[in-house]
Parts: sequence; structure tokens; C-alpha cells
Amino acid sequence: MSNRATNLLVPIVSVVLGLIVGAIIMLVSGYNPIEGYAALWNGIFGDLYTIGETLRQITPYLLAGLAVAFAFRSGLFNIGVEGQLIVGWFAAAYVGVAVELPKIIHLPLAILAAAVAGALWGFVPGLLKAKFRVHEVIVTIMMNYIALHVTNALIRTVSEGGDRTERIFASASLRSEFLENLTEFSRLHFGLLLALIMVGVMWFILEKTTLGFELKAVGFNQHASEYAGMSVNKNIILAMVISGAFAGLAGAMEALGTFEYVSSKGGFTGIGFDGIAVALLGMNTPLGVIFGATLFGSLKYGALNMPNAAGIPIEIVEIVIAVIIFFVASGYIIRLLLLRAAGKKKEAK
Amino acid sequence: MEYVIEMLNIRKEFGNFVANDNITLQLEKGEIHALLGENGAGKSTLMNVLFGLYQPEGGEIRVRGKKVDITDPNVANELGIGMVHQHFMLVENFSVTENIILGSEPTKIGVTNKKDAAKKVADLSKKYGLNVDPYAIIEDISVGMQQRVEILKTLYRGAEILIFDEPTASLTPQEITELVQIMKRLIAEGKSIILITHKLKEIMDVSDRVTVIRKGQGIGTVITAETNPNELAALMVGRQVTFKTEKGPAHPTEETLTVKDLVVEDYRGIAKVKNLNLSVRKGEIVGIAGIDGNGQSELIEAITGLRKVKSGHILIHGKDVTGMKPRKVTESGVGHIPQDRHKHGLVLDFPIGHNIALQTYYMAPISKSGIMDYNKITEKAQQIIKDFDVRTQGPHEPARALSGGNQQKAIIGREVDRNPDLLIAALPTRGLDVGAIEFIHSRLIEQRDNGKAVLLISFELDEVMNVSDRIAVIHDGEIVDVVIPEETTEQELGLLMAGHAEKAKKGGEHRVE
Repeated sequence: MSNRATNLLVPIVSVVLGLIVGAIIMLVSGYNPIEGYAALWNGIFGDLYTIGETLRQITPYLLAGLAVAFAFRSGLFNIGVEGQLIVGWFAAAYVGVAVELPKIIHLPLAILAAAVAGALWGFVPGLLKAKFRVHEVIVTIMMNYIALHVTNALIRTVSEGGDRTERIFASASLRSEFLENLTEFSRLHFGLLLALIMVGVMWFILEKTTLGFELKAVGFNQHASEYAGMSVNKNIILAMVISGAFAGLAGAMEALGTFEYVSSKGGFTGIGFDGIAVALLGMNTPLGVIFGATLFGSLKYGALNMPNAAGIPIEIVEIVIAVIIFFVASGYIIRLLLLRAAGKKKEAK
Repeated sequence: MEYVIEMLNIRKEFGNFVANDNITLQLEKGEIHALLGENGAGKSTLMNVLFGLYQPEGGEIRVRGKKVDITDPNVANELGIGMVHQHFMLVENFSVTENIILGSEPTKIGVTNKKDAAKKVADLSKKYGLNVDPYAIIEDISVGMQQRVEILKTLYRGAEILIFDEPTASLTPQEITELVQIMKRLIAEGKSIILITHKLKEIMDVSDRVTVIRKGQGIGTVITAETNPNELAALMVGRQVTFKTEKGPAHPTEETLTVKDLVVEDYRGIAKVKNLNLSVRKGEIVGIAGIDGNGQSELIEAITGLRKVKSGHILIHGKDVTGMKPRKVTESGVGHIPQDRHKHGLVLDFPIGHNIALQTYYMAPISKSGIMDYNKITEKAQQIIKDFDVRTQGPHEPARALSGGNQQKAIIGREVDRNPDLLIAALPTRGLDVGAIEFIHSRLIEQRDNGKAVLLISFELDEVMNVSDRIAVIHDGEIVDVVIPEETTEQELGLLMAGHAEKAKKGGEHRVE
């Protein structure tokens, strides 16, 4: 089997296997898998509205995936994307409600606020790692909790005891009448464009700049980087700051696009954690993140239709979606099995 | 003649790459059979086939005349084949006995019976003259001793055929002599040995026959007594090799590197370099001879700015560079071929071209206002690949995919091409074959002849003796003596390295007290 054929076959076989196992789970739980998958399909591609909503759902996944992938490429495991997203969400919404400015200033300012808030939340673990060798995984996890509860408290203060802020001024909104009309009034907003530009930005930093060369070198081998005169500490901090900024932007998508406000949360959004899977599915490359985010966003949004249209309980739906993603992520095992099967065939001949 | 092992027409492929092509090796009972080949010639692959780690695509293996299928290392163990690895597989804080029984612990109702095992280890040790204390902790004993533990491990498991993989790589001259005696003793007790090496001197000293492989091909087997190092080298490399490094006399002028009362501590705060003084002048090669772990690494790291200096001074051209960042030191005119090319010298996952640019990537013409011009990297890489004869598919091949020798040539190319005033070469030929060693030595001498200062650190006495103009012997963080290669002997250096400065004086200068 040629390399190219294997590369093409692996994802297809993975998805098919995931669908089969998902179907078995639905069957043994007493639900019709064909109806279930039809509902999933319609939930993603059913009409222009669902397509628009699916794209909207993909948007924060893109940025969360970029955040995780960027840190990974620099040798860091940023589990704090969730917290960085939450502070970004709050910062953008706050700027959105606090002042009213011309759109050309207000929107960029709100977006910038999200990026800066996320970057700051990434800076702390970066600094601790660089200066004191504190593992970034521990710090970022803790920073997630701090983000959650600090923003909740701030929301209460800002809304004078309420649990959500006012709606942001239209001058800070990413919403677009044009996109809404195009997609039968879905909440699709210009954030998707921004997220795709950021994919380009990540690619540019890593592949074109001297900073990217250093970040990748540090990511692969800190000792050799130090030997070559790079400042490993500076690069660690910068990587976390840039990663955090991407995550903050993911929060801006929710604040300025999808919801147009921020409400206090009982728990994490999950987008930041799913960003880890998105990045890994995409092998931490910018293009791969588009693939991972599309898969995650589509399945997550499409799955919402399964309880309504096919009567499958949400718990089963979540298991089925998890199984499909699991199989896609196990591409390595599938590749191995395919190669072994091919090898057996060769021997038999 | 009875063969204990016959590997007949072995063929091993990895994808399109043929690592072993039609190689035959026949081991007679009671002989030391050397397996000679350059790095990447396929020695390890062949031994991994014998040890059951790889399955051959062609050929057959016979043990004591019977055809066998060695599907995994356990089968090899049962057939009495034992491997003494180059990198010891020992648990540092376990005792000798615990390491030996690891994996096949004798138990009495679920409790490990270490006492009986220790007795058996002591008996074996006595029988073969290994002199190993069964209760010693691994981290407390010398490298040579650790190797004997590896030997004991195979004997304990009933090995009749021992494979030694580059056994002398990290031993002192005295330890090597002792190892040779141990090997002879093993043979006398009826064992058979396969010795993997690319050191011709060892082969001439201990082996009975030699099988040579080159680029995966079996070249043939010769009787050691009927050959000589030149012939063996020619068989191995495929062309004539000069051994004695050609070099004219040195013409040293002013001091390039001056190290004054240098003290360097390790991370635990223990002094590894103790009031060390050293100078290297323009136009000379100073070799630092010493046993691994006597402060060489710390010294180089301190000079190159990779490690903090506790006290003392490092001057380059009279300019104090003590405590400067690595890049500042580099820009003061220092080139550094690091001791561990995988850890410090290369980013293995980067293409070889990126690695060649690792010291210049941030400067014009490669980087302009923060933007990289990767075409310039490719151009530079192609030039160095050509000038330094780096065998690679091109600048875009991952560094990991190159053989050790070619990785090293790329590093040397990178460092020499910048034309540094001081070139520090730490173990520049470690693990390389004669062809590559010859090339690297001539490059070092070329630097010297161009009026540069060269500091060479090596654990190989041959290398230090051949290449250096002066030899500084380091022991326990101090330079114990500086000698001229023509006026010393390996014996004297060995004693100096081991810290017996007094004995060395007596032996070296035949002084009677």
C-alpha cells in the first residue's frame, strides 16, 4: 500500500469504525442508530441555519485549538486555555458594555482586551515556569479555577448583584446582518473570519519569523537552544503569552459574537479543554487545527439535534460523539492495523 | 571445526533500505570473533537479528549446528546468547546482586531470596576473576566495575556466547587491559565471544578472527594473526586510510584562552572544577586528557557560558567573558563542538539545514527585521554539506535521519565555518569510525594551521596523543600536569588521569627515589 493511500484511508477507516461502534452503543441501548445518525447529519448540514450555527460553533474551537497547539509547538502543555478563554470572555464583554465608542475603535478595543486578558493569564504560568521551573500544567489548572471564580465575582459586581452583564453595545459586536441573512438568521458572526486570520497568524509566526524558529527549537530541545544562545526563559514566557492571547480571543468570540454578554458560570465551558483534543487531532499544525475544530464543532453542534429528532437521551449522544472522536484520535492504531493487514496479504502472496 | 553460531547469508531490510545484505558470520567455540564495520555499516542490526530484536528477511541462523528461529530476546537467552550492552542497563541505586537477578528473581514463597543469589554471584565472580562485590551499590562502583556486572548478568543467566557491544568506549586504559584479561579468561572457561568494535587496536590485541562488514555487505572473514590494522581499515572503509594524523609542528603565538583559578560547582553545590588554570594559544591544539566525570564537562560549560562560574576568570583575547551568556561568548569568537551532539549539538527534529544555521539564524542574511529567509538557510546548508562532506539527502532531511558521523560533520561545519578564534571540540569523534575520525582530526589541525586556538577534550588517549600539541591532564577538577605528547607514554598519562601523579613521575621519567 502506498504511503499516500494509507494517509487517505486512515481517517476514513477511523470515522467509519467510530460510527459503527457508536451505532452498536445506540442499538444495545435500544435506540435506532440510523435515525440517530440522520438526526446528527441534519443537525450539522440540515439547512442553512444549522450550517451557520455549526460554523459559529467551530469558531471558538479554532482559537482554543490554536492556543493549545501553539504552546505545544514550543514544548509547553497549556491546560489553562479554559481559564484564559473565560477571562478573555469577561474582558471583551466588559469593554463592550462599559463604554460606547465608534465601531472602528470599539470592536478592535474589545477584541484586544480579550487577547490581553488571555495573554496575562498565560503570562503567569509562563513566568513561573521560566523563573522557578514550576510545571505549567499545575499552574494553568489552578489558574482555570481562579479565572472562573474571579470572573463570576466581577460579573456580580459589574451587574450589581445580577448573574449576567448587560448586552454589549452594537458598536462592539461581531454580529453581521449579512451573515445572518445568508444563513436564515443563525448567530454566525464575523468572528469566524478573525479565527481563520489567526490560523494564518500562527502559521506566519511559526514558519516565517525568527521568533518562530526559536520557539520551535526550544519546543524540540531546550538544551540545544540554550547552547545556540537562545533565551529559553524568554521563549517560554512568550509562547505562553501568545497562546493565552489566542485563548482570550476564543473568549471574545463568545462575548462579542455568540452571546453578546457574559454570565456567571457554574462550571467550565469545556471549550478550552476540547481545544487540547482539537490541537492534538490536528497534530498541532495550523491547518490541522482547522480540521480538528471542524470535526469537534460539527459533532458538538449536530449532536444537539439527536435528542429532539431521534429521541436519544443526551447521555447516550455524548458517549457516541466521544467514541467517534476517540476513533479519529486513534488514527495511529488504525494505521498500524492497516499496515499489518497489508503485510499479511503480502506474505500470503 | 564446530561452530556455536552460524549466521548464514543474513538479509535485513527496513522498507527500501537494506541494512544487512548477505552477511555471513560463523563463530567457533572458544574464540573471540570481532565484528568490524563503520558506523551505520549494519553491525548493530546484525546483532539485533541474532538477539531476536529483528526478524531477518533472508538467510538462516544455526546455533550449535541446529537451525533456530530467534523470535525474541528470551529465545536468545534460552539458547545461551548474552549481550553486554554499550550503555549499561543497570538500576543505579540497586546492589550488584539485585541488578543481576532483576527480571528472574529467585523466590521462596513469594519472597526474593537474595542471599542465595549473592552467593551464586560471588562464585561466578571468583571463577572468572571479576572481583565484584555482590552487595556493592551500582552508583558507588566504577564504570569498569559496572561493566563486569553486565558480564556477570549474562553469565548468571547461563550465557555460553557473549556479545560485547563496543565494550571499551568508556573505559580507562588500565580498565581496558583488565577487560582483555577477563575476556581471555572467559574463553579459557569455554565461552565464545563476539566483539563489536571499530577500534582496530583492540581487534589486533584480543580477537582470533575478524568479520568485516561495509555498508550492509559482508566483506569477509580474516584470521587476525594473518592481517594488520592497515588491511583491516582498508577492508572496513573500502580505501586506504592513514593512521598517524599528518601534522607539522605548531607555531603558537599569543594566548587566546586563559582560564584563571576557575571554580565551578554542580547543581548540588559540589565543586567539580577546582582552581583550574589553563591557557590555549593561537596556532596550537591543547588536549585535555582525563577520565569521564573529572570536571571536563563543567569546564567547557563554564567557558561557553552554559554553566555558572563560582569564582575565577575566563579570558578570551584578554577580554573577560566570565559569566557571559552563551551567545555573547559565541560572538566573542568561540566555536563549540559539544560533548553530547544529540543533547546540545542538534535539534534532532529540525531539518539538518536548520541545524547548520543554529548559530547564525538570527543574523543577516538569514534573519532580517525578525523575518526568516529560509532560502538563505538552504544555500548556507548546501555549501557546508558540500565543504564538509556531510552525506545527506539534502538540507531538508531531518537531522535525526543522519548517521552519527554525518551529524558530527554538520556540527563541525557549522562551528568551523564561522571561523572562530577558539574552537572547543569536546569528544569530537566519539562513536565515529576511522574515516570520519581522520576527516575531523584533519579539520582540527587545519584550524590550528590557520592560526586558531583549539581546545580538544577527549577520553581517547590515542586521539589526545595524536592530535594535541600539548596535553593537559585533568583529574578531580584540577589540571594535574601538562605534558608534551612526544615526551610521554600512554602509561604515564593513564596514571596521571587516575590521580597517581607521583607514580607517573616515577614511571614516566624513570626517576629513582
